[in-house]
Amino acid sequence: MTNSIREIEYAPVIVVIGSNTSESHPVISYFMKRAVKKGSRLIVIDPRKIGLTRWAARHFQHRVGSDIALLNAVMHEIIKNEWYDREFIDKHTDGFDQLKEIVNRYSPEYASGICGLTTDEIRELAAILGKAEKVALFYTLGITEHITGTDNVRACANLQMLLGNVGIESGGVNPLRGQNNVQGACDVGVLPDVYTGYQKAADPEIRKKFEEAWGVKSLPDSEGTKIPAMFDGIRSGDVKALYLSGENVVMSEPNQAHTISALENIELLIVQDIFMNETTEYADIVLPAACFAETEGTFTNTERRIQRVRKAVEPPDSAKDDWWITSEIARRMGYDMGYMSAEQIWEEIRRLTPSVFGITYERVEHEGIQWPCPDIEHPGTKYLYKNGVFPKGRARFYPAEWKPAAECPDEEYPFVLTTGRRLWQYHTGTQTRRCAGFDEIHPEELIEINPEDAAKLDVKDRDYVMAVSRRGRVKTRAWVTGRVPPGVCFMTFHFHEACANVITNNAFDPVAGTAEYKACAVRIEKA
Amino acid sequence: MEKIALHIDGKLIQVVKGNSILNAARQSGIYIPTLCYHPKTGQAGKCRICVVEVERMPGLQVSCSLEAKNGMVIHTNTERITETRKMIVELYLSNGKHHCISCEANGVCELQEVAYYLGIEKSDFPVVEKDLPVDTSSPMIIRDMNKCIQCYRCIAGCNDITVNEVLDMGFRGNKMAVICDTNKPMGKSSCAVCGECVQLCPTGALTEKKAVGKGRAWETEKTETTCPYCGVGCRINLHVKDNEIIKVTGVEDVEPNYGALCIKGRFGYDFVHSPDRLKSPLLRKDGKLKEVSWEEALDFTAGRLSEIKKAHGPDAIVGIGCARSVNESNYVMMKFMRAVIGTNNVDHCART
Repeated sequence: MTNSIREIEYAPVIVVIGSNTSESHPVISYFMKRAVKKGSRLIVIDPRKIGLTRWAARHFQHRVGSDIALLNAVMHEIIKNEWYDREFIDKHTDGFDQLKEIVNRYSPEYASGICGLTTDEIRELAAILGKAEKVALFYTLGITEHITGTDNVRACANLQMLLGNVGIESGGVNPLRGQNNVQGACDVGVLPDVYTGYQKAADPEIRKKFEEAWGVKSLPDSEGTKIPAMFDGIRSGDVKALYLSGENVVMSEPNQAHTISALENIELLIVQDIFMNETTEYADIVLPAACFAETEGTFTNTERRIQRVRKAVEPPDSAKDDWWITSEIARRMGYDMGYMSAEQIWEEIRRLTPSVFGITYERVEHEGIQWPCPDIEHPGTKYLYKNGVFPKGRARFYPAEWKPAAECPDEEYPFVLTTGRRLWQYHTGTQTRRCAGFDEIHPEELIEINPEDAAKLDVKDRDYVMAVSRRGRVKTRAWVTGRVPPGVCFMTFHFHEACANVITNNAFDPVAGTAEYKACAVRIEKA
Repeated sequence: MEKIALHIDGKLIQVVKGNSILNAARQSGIYIPTLCYHPKTGQAGKCRICVVEVERMPGLQVSCSLEAKNGMVIHTNTERITETRKMIVELYLSNGKHHCISCEANGVCELQEVAYYLGIEKSDFPVVEKDLPVDTSSPMIIRDMNKCIQCYRCIAGCNDITVNEVLDMGFRGNKMAVICDTNKPMGKSSCAVCGECVQLCPTGALTEKKAVGKGRAWETEKTETTCPYCGVGCRINLHVKDNEIIKVTGVEDVEPNYGALCIKGRFGYDFVHSPDRLKSPLLRKDGKLKEVSWEEALDFTAGRLSEIKKAHGPDAIVGIGCARSVNESNYVMMKFMRAVIGTNNVDHCART
């Protein structure tokens, strides 16, 4: 997030696009709903009638995968009516002319045909945003999990820059991170192209810095691979070994058959986890890890806040800290990391990372600190780009063109399947399904089907149906509900008995490597 | 900020203008008992336990609801105040079923604390013991309205903090009670099971079902940590007895969540103690995963990785870190792949 969670309450207009906040980030939704009670206008842009719409001033129910067309048309209207922030654009941005040129083609009439909203609705949305004093924009995987995910994010950023809503309190472009430490894992460089704090792996100076710090002769200069390419590499035989820490890929990666065929093909699969799961079935070696309550360290939340994690109980039998396991493998391969504690590792991280240099365990004893925090006196950064100061000097508009999903409905597969989570379970269910009470509330997968479609299919609420895509079939009960519009179905990946990722599409965004979990074509059969 | 000065119990106190008398007293370390007031839900003016005397004002004043003014002279501990407070607490105790022996709130109950402070053993009023059925329909929360003192905190929490808008006061007169939706059992209502009401309840009227009989406040140790589920990063307290997490509460005074949680953060902790947890390294032998020692597991892993690196080069090895694990472990994974294996083939589930 460019901004902080507590600022939400003071945003006069809140836009939530592609985020089922009250189920996926409930505590952030409390801030949004409180803002509404104080008089903020909440605008939900989502193909589904999600829970948050109950508190929304307006719900714009656009088609799955039409975000860029809609946002470009909104920008088209904002520019046409001169509602944009000329001063901000002149002083702090480049590329406005290119943006203008692209969005000029996205008239409400043109976009309406793509996104399914009326031209009046598009103009209304543009007027709400264009005339607002400021707008805070929030998105989640509804924006990123498309083959155009990167461009979807750019469209959101373009809109906020156009309106001068970046670098101000209670504004910004705010992705809500889905897992406790996605932000942190990125920040410490568990990505193929960067070291800690997004220091480029391709930069020889950066590599030199880490070579010296780590006492190694040379760090790799080859281009690393992202998860989709890793699995392709395994299938082609180029990749022989996968060291997998804490991800149940069989359930969480799209197109399950594709994932399994890769795992069956691999020479060495090392899985480090806290439970046996669908993925450990294929492991050559399973290493038992300590969980969050058994370990010391830090997580970084969605607003860049580094917070302490503490050991409250002993791990079961011989389960060990993740870092201990990895460093013991390293030692046996001839490299002794010499770590005795998590704090020692953090000290190394902060000394190599200017953006968190000022954050010590002592400072985050009780309350976390938000990076950037460059020195030990620095209070942390509540919101980024204050006064329009960007890391590269000026911000750049990257105009985005709309493109349809990799797989669109046709005669054989007439429905769009979109996926997500429910409040009552988490991810692949390995944790919540082992907690008393959760399966009592939500015991099994339910595919959401619109009543009109259900009537045509002669499917009643809670009937079993078969959801079929080009990649597989899943039997699940139907939830006949107006939450989804006609032509759209919704499933989750919480239940191994009926996992959406058996049928989702593994086409992915070429830049980010994020798969298109949010859109594929399916047909529904009675089962 | 403009400051004002006033006297409380003979002590000259300076506070920022706009504070209540209660806040002014608390800021200077003077104890005024409260039941309905909570820093997060603010003044409620329901229980009247916090009454004080203000010179040149008639009668007793409710300190949570009256603004502290410059020059006020306040007494918090006169005989008249104590008698009034005693009467209020005794009235509470005469109405309901306030038995402490096996109550889950024993030791953290604010009614018990006020009674103790006032030296009340039992009510002087005839006790009309309620016998309302206990609502156990929610899988996570027990509602025992016999212990409810109608402070409205749960209602404020549900409507103003987490804005799930489930709880409200229903009925009239002595039938008045907190209800879910249109008086549905909690488990059948629209309750989002965030547990904010439990966290705010001053008595044992709302308690965590999974914690029943697991240990009382003085037997547990609290460890402040961060929730392991979504990216909000709520601050939580793990309440531990005998190496077991028995319940979770939100940390009230810090960002980002100020005590509020969701169902997963508050009630999704028992996987930690699941009998299914992996307890030993497992190595595949003759097609089956078999328990082995750490020595054998680590030697095998390091040996096979070294062989593959030698035979096929470092880029034949890929590593996937864990967005659920701590920064420190992720950093070590990244360092391992780059410095030891010698590849940039390292990623994690940010994109799934």
